[in-house]
Amino acid sequence: MCLAIPGKIVEIFCDNQDSALVDVVGVRRKVDLGLLQDDKPVPGDWVLIHVGFAMSKISEQDAADQMSTLRMLGEIDGAIEEVRGYGLEDAN
Amino acid sequence: MRFVDEFREPKLISKTAEEIRRLAGTKLHYRMMEVCGGHTHAIYRFGLKDILPENIELIHGPGCPVCVLPMGRIDDGLSIAQQPDVIFAAFGDMMRVPGTQGSPLEHKARGMDVRIVYSPSDALKLARLNPDKHVMFFAIGFETTAPSTALTVMRAKAEGIRNFSVFCNHVTIIPAIRAILDSPDMRLDAFIGPGHVSTVIGCRPYEWIAQNERKPIVVSGFEPLDMLQSIVMLLHQLRAGEAKVENQYKRVVPWEGNRAALRAMAEVFQLRPYFEWRGLGFISQSALRINDEHAEFDAERRFAVPGIRVTDPKAAQCGEVLKGVLKPHQCKLFGHECTPEHPIGALMVSSEGSCAAYHNYEHRKTAMVSLSPVA
Repeated sequence: MCLAIPGKIVEIFCDNQDSALVDVVGVRRKVDLGLLQDDKPVPGDWVLIHVGFAMSKISEQDAADQMSTLRMLGEIDGAIEEVRGYGLEDAN
Repeated sequence: MRFVDEFREPKLISKTAEEIRRLAGTKLHYRMMEVCGGHTHAIYRFGLKDILPENIELIHGPGCPVCVLPMGRIDDGLSIAQQPDVIFAAFGDMMRVPGTQGSPLEHKARGMDVRIVYSPSDALKLARLNPDKHVMFFAIGFETTAPSTALTVMRAKAEGIRNFSVFCNHVTIIPAIRAILDSPDMRLDAFIGPGHVSTVIGCRPYEWIAQNERKPIVVSGFEPLDMLQSIVMLLHQLRAGEAKVENQYKRVVPWEGNRAALRAMAEVFQLRPYFEWRGLGFISQSALRINDEHAEFDAERRFAVPGIRVTDPKAAQCGEVLKGVLKPHQCKLFGHECTPEHPIGALMVSSEGSCAAYHNYEHRKTAMVSLSPVA
């Protein structure tokens, strides 16, 4: 839970500026941007995501480093399962 | 040194390790506490203890949210979920944590509607998808996850969602560090500060540790090199007789924290006068509850909660391990009655718990060495 997953903002929804489609370890999911409202990210930016909320903007290099940390910690599979939302992400 | 070759920049790692040995010398023994459970996991996974000299001892801190939650709170959350038409939603980390009558997963096997969610916003989504049911989100975590719960409650209120509530177990890190420093059986020289909690609270809240307690603290990232560099920074301070707050994880942690996240927390939560922590007892002003303005989303006010204190199984020494007084393997149950497959205490459940980390890496390594044939 302490570990964050890096993701790249693909699209910010025009009907809800606090919500974005983010590519997280190859999985696309909706991420809440509400905690970055003082320093709003734009498509193409990298963010660190905790429990579905973008918590800080980071560089592409930091994102790659964070991914390698997750890989070394053996947390990648768990992270992918998590961001898929245990099936809930596909539900409408 | 088994993982050094896998690390990024192995040369820099070796050089930093050498610098640590030089700074640590041989005369003094240094006890450093890594506060965050994520750091504990990383230390064992990366085998950092093999790299560090023997006179640097890492003490595992209280920063594992499921580990510090007393069993009575798990029972309380499950008792709410036993009421008709309630869905119990929680992070995956919570699912195998034992309550008196079993874990949430065991309750699910007996018919309770238990769902794993990745995010509090997914729990809110469950409420939208199940208008005939009430979704209770079992919220845990330090300041890393508390802002997300707060924002979710704000979203629920704005949307007028009425079948959603939060059973709030959010705790705050500073009072826990204070309790550890006040503990008479604890002697610490320095702290490795939590990385992601600090993205929210920033570095300023740690200043009293440096100023009043005269202990150095370095907020650290999670990569092996991050943690080794943090130890170098701590040793420099200790040798110079200094006590400052430093930020090794500047690329992610701003000194002032995340103001939007702090605002969301202030909007939705109020401090509890006191809260019970496993191993540390009652700590005043150490936890959050939903405030009066958002009372309709507070599961503790919407439902009757037994609130019965449950003592841990007598033989289990989770409390001593949590405080850093005992090492995981010094607990009587470690590796016999209590294993990651059959956990008795929460420290054996979460990957951030020191018992699980120790069992998964150190213990197995030792077991393998003792099993290998003598050449």
